[in-house]
Amino acid sequence: MATRHARTAARIMISPAVLLLLGWMLVPLSMTVYFSFLRYNLLMPGMEEWTGWLNYEFFLTDPAFFDAIGNTLMLVGGVLLITIVGGVLLALLLDQPFWGQGVVRVLVIAPFFVMPTVSALVWKNMFMNPVSGLFAHAAKAVGLAPFDFLAHAPLLSIILIVAWQWLPFATLILLTALQSLDSEQLEAAEMDGANPLNRFVFIMLPHLARAITVVILIQTIFLLSIFAEILVTTNGGPGTASTNLTFLVYAQSLLQFDVGGGSAGGVIAIILANIVAIFLMRMIGKNLET
Amino acid sequence: MGQIVLKQITKSFGTVHVIPCLDLEIDDGEFVVFVGPSGCGKSTLLRLIAGLEDVSSGHIEIDGRDATAVPPAKRGLAMVFQSYALYPHMSVRNNIAFPLRMAGLDKAARSARVEAAAKILNLTDYLDRRPGQLSGGQRQRVAIGRAIVREPAAFLFDEPLSNLDAALRVSMRQEITELHQSLKTTMIYVTHDQVEAMTMADKIVVLNAGRIEQVGTPLALYATPANVFVAGFIGSPRMNLIDGAEAARHGAATLGIRPEHLALSRDDGAWKGVVGLSEHLGSDTFFRVTVDGVGSLTVRQSGEVDVKRGDTVFLTPSAPHLHRFAATGEAMR
Repeated sequence: MATRHARTAARIMISPAVLLLLGWMLVPLSMTVYFSFLRYNLLMPGMEEWTGWLNYEFFLTDPAFFDAIGNTLMLVGGVLLITIVGGVLLALLLDQPFWGQGVVRVLVIAPFFVMPTVSALVWKNMFMNPVSGLFAHAAKAVGLAPFDFLAHAPLLSIILIVAWQWLPFATLILLTALQSLDSEQLEAAEMDGANPLNRFVFIMLPHLARAITVVILIQTIFLLSIFAEILVTTNGGPGTASTNLTFLVYAQSLLQFDVGGGSAGGVIAIILANIVAIFLMRMIGKNLET
Repeated sequence: MGQIVLKQITKSFGTVHVIPCLDLEIDDGEFVVFVGPSGCGKSTLLRLIAGLEDVSSGHIEIDGRDATAVPPAKRGLAMVFQSYALYPHMSVRNNIAFPLRMAGLDKAARSARVEAAAKILNLTDYLDRRPGQLSGGQRQRVAIGRAIVREPAAFLFDEPLSNLDAALRVSMRQEITELHQSLKTTMIYVTHDQVEAMTMADKIVVLNAGRIEQVGTPLALYATPANVFVAGFIGSPRMNLIDGAEAARHGAATLGIRPEHLALSRDDGAWKGVVGLSEHLGSDTFFRVTVDGVGSLTVRQSGEVDVKRGDTVFLTPSAPHLHRFAATGEAMR
């Protein structure tokens, strides 16, 4: 881009892409913001009128909203905890040389290729079903009463399903990070008198810190908007026990036909996601500097 | 403290026998250099002594105690790695203190010993930096510092200078030698560079394909190499090795003569040859001289000599410095 001519040409060349992206992003966003100030119910078409902040007031004072926030945080936090602890342990295991390593590594990644709806349905019908599920059979085999996961622990069940999907991702990233650790560092630590636990705490874990931050960032972005798993398993219930923010917006606009309220919820979700993003970026920046 | 004896050590990786069978004694306070071409098993031998690899058979004794089955940390040896193996997320201070922390020393004792080691190695100003902010020579010193604080029975160095540039290598070489003279601890040093071996060692162990070719002081190895391999490996530029009729005339399969033991004359001498390449270093001049029936020989002359490419010259080997080798490669005396 040395000459002014080249710079102008470059601007002209990229402008269609920029305009397309802008339109793609701005039109839905501004329409959502506009809708959020309307009394807009799908059951009463043509009766839209300006209501000011009323939609926001209703959405924010809805008890379901606070449940949804709590559930969203539980879901994100729970899945992050399971995937990172499990991912580190699995990565340590897969880093050991053993027969059939290649095949096992491919198998470990497999859950990531299964569509969320499919995997959630498989879990719901084949594992967690209190009558025909595998867990029910296992419980009956040892003389226990089958546990109805989705009815009695709906959020935990969804956390388990989502964690199962994301564990391979965390394992894969952490495994590659672990493989990049200089083996001489581990040997030096061994010579210095560090036992295996000390080697893990003082050498491996600090080395993995950067990879763990990356996993947290990427997973948080996707976990904040979990939807399909909830829709096909619990439908947000019982009550609001497994409703997260995404599902609440869906329920508001498409189950209660209140597009205005749903849009207000969407705008609030955007704001909350951005707050989370700011914190994450700060954390990442601090961790990626050194 | 620091006597190491290897008794009939062997090491195999699967079907590959890296070290066939090896005996070696290292006395307390010695600076021993393992030298040999790459892949000769010298690093493996060091790792066997360190305990990072298990011997396939044989015994390792440290200070008279059988240490064959003792884990690395309990052998009382400290190792400096080729890549330095510093812990990148810890400050220099914590790097040096790490072995003490693992040994369970309290904070005050740790910092006293770290300060003392830093003083010896001129690292006092860098204690709060991270390894990534240091130069190659400083990192090297941190790695040595981490070894010193443990007050080991012996230091093991695995090609520690190979990542440094030429000038720094020379100064680090002197620093390590001085360190050895002040600490008087046994040091085992692995290198493929015979100049490092010659300048630093009390005792050189020349290795080839896992076997010890010769053990001795640098000058003994230089003056009386036990076989063709040692003769060719020790000394720079290499010893001239002559096969065929000329060697047979002296009753040997191979004849060896060092470049400085060939007298060069314009008028007469034993061998007549034509000058090829010449390298002028100022203090010395090296000529490649092609002699019919003998081959291409390297000749070393002090200072500048007025001989040009294509000139005809005569070479005379100094008789007491001729090395004769049998067909097996062994020296004939």
